[in-house]
Amino acid sequence: MRKRYKLTFPPAISREPIVYHLVKDFDLMPNILRSQIQPGCEGVMLLELTGTADKLVAAEQYLRDQKMVISPAAADIEHNDDLCVDCGLCASVCRQGALSLDALGALVINRDLCVLCEVCVSTCPRRAIKLVF
Amino acid sequence: MAKTWEEINDRIAKGNAVVMTAEEFAALAKEEGVKSAAKKVDVVTTGTFGPMCSTGVFMNFGHTDIPIRMKEITLNGVPASGGLAAVDTYLGGTEESKTRGLEYGGAHVIEDLIAGKEIRLDALGSVTDCYPLDEVSTYITIDDLNQAYFFNPRNAYQNYNVAVNSTDKTLHTYLGTLLPNMGNAVYCSAGVLSPLLNDPTYRTIGIGTKCFVAGAPGYVAWQGTQHNPSAPRDKHGVPTGGAGTIAVIADLKRARSEFFAAASFTGYGVSSFVGIGIPIPVLDEELAETLALTDADISATVYDYGVPSRSRPEVGVFTYEQLRSGQIEIAGKTVRTGGVSSMPKARAIANELKRWILEEGYLLSEPVERLPEPGTPGPTPLIQRGKKEGERNA
Repeated sequence: MRKRYKLTFPPAISREPIVYHLVKDFDLMPNILRSQIQPGCEGVMLLELTGTADKLVAAEQYLRDQKMVISPAAADIEHNDDLCVDCGLCASVCRQGALSLDALGALVINRDLCVLCEVCVSTCPRRAIKLVF
Repeated sequence: MAKTWEEINDRIAKGNAVVMTAEEFAALAKEEGVKSAAKKVDVVTTGTFGPMCSTGVFMNFGHTDIPIRMKEITLNGVPASGGLAAVDTYLGGTEESKTRGLEYGGAHVIEDLIAGKEIRLDALGSVTDCYPLDEVSTYITIDDLNQAYFFNPRNAYQNYNVAVNSTDKTLHTYLGTLLPNMGNAVYCSAGVLSPLLNDPTYRTIGIGTKCFVAGAPGYVAWQGTQHNPSAPRDKHGVPTGGAGTIAVIADLKRARSEFFAAASFTGYGVSSFVGIGIPIPVLDEELAETLALTDADISATVYDYGVPSRSRPEVGVFTYEQLRSGQIEIAGKTVRTGGVSSMPKARAIANELKRWILEEGYLLSEPVERLPEPGTPGPTPLIQRGKKEGERNA
């Protein structure tokens, strides 16, 4: 199974090789979607983990033991249908192909492909796309 | 098989006209041939819904008890012209809010007016004997305005550039975000449904033509600014880039929210998505030939917006069918494409116009005067001349 997390690193462990341990000790496949980590500062990482359910539970415990704040809900893009006019500009900047137009020109969203890069958020001239945590 | 405007209007009035959208007509022509389709169909409806910067609204507020001649006017913090009569103004769609910048502009005020929302009006007056009041602040809705009408100097561009960016940094343009190293290509046309692409030599679209403007019935008022009938054309006589344009007029009070949308282009500014639709009479087979063209027949030229010049380098020509496939190939590189003109909205406009004709007996009007035709010289650039000798800075 695959889950997305928002991890908040306390300053003390911002230099710890957390991702290494997730791979070696829990046999998980990490995909770092976004991260902002600097030595000595509180950091934030949006992380997608793929692995077996029990390994994910164990990894969550490990992260908590490291004094890390984890919120499994993580982030998602929120699309407002009422504001959207199906112009398709968002699709032109979505490198992952999570946003595309169907044969009739209507917007289609595939959230599994989204890496939360946020380029669409500022591109949308209707401000119809938001990143929600 | 030539039909006259009168014959077609007569059929509409009697309720037996055959009306199709440009997409439907193209499909019929493919199946039965242009000759048969031209015989069967009386009117083809078109539609487009894209950002059209040259859009704005004339308004009259009505007089205050102690009269004021409004000089500095803002609507929800967006400046409007104080250069007309006492309580008249023109609000341009691209005007930006004094406090919120491009996140709220003239187009957003227009959108809020159409939605029936309250708008804050602030005006400073020029005090004279006839207009003693120096200031007014109040809230208005569209119903409080004596007149409110669109006068859009340039709408419904006949085809448009496709933009790419060859530089190594992101560009913010009126065609949206252009990713570096040709990371995307952005086009802007309703193609098969586009009004002026269906009548490429302006035989039926001219001054006085009845049309759909943001959900309201309106008229083509004049040639649009930068109207360029002499732009390059393909073998069908259809322009392969920006060419003809129209200026339109329509009652804002009859506009509908679903057919007008304000736009904020990050790093660029405010614009207005305007829904424009024009009914085209199927007068003869020659006109039917262009009405039958599809996205596979209509092309647009790709320009490199990384070069900041009026004559940007051309990097290819693609059909709208290719552009709408989601990717094109430029110099061996696969480039992701996206539009900025909504096809679902364009289709809804063409269908609504069809409904007006079939259910409400909306008649067509022959142009009072034609737009400048192909062969007429296009717009000229601004010459940057130096100051004349002895001229002082203003």
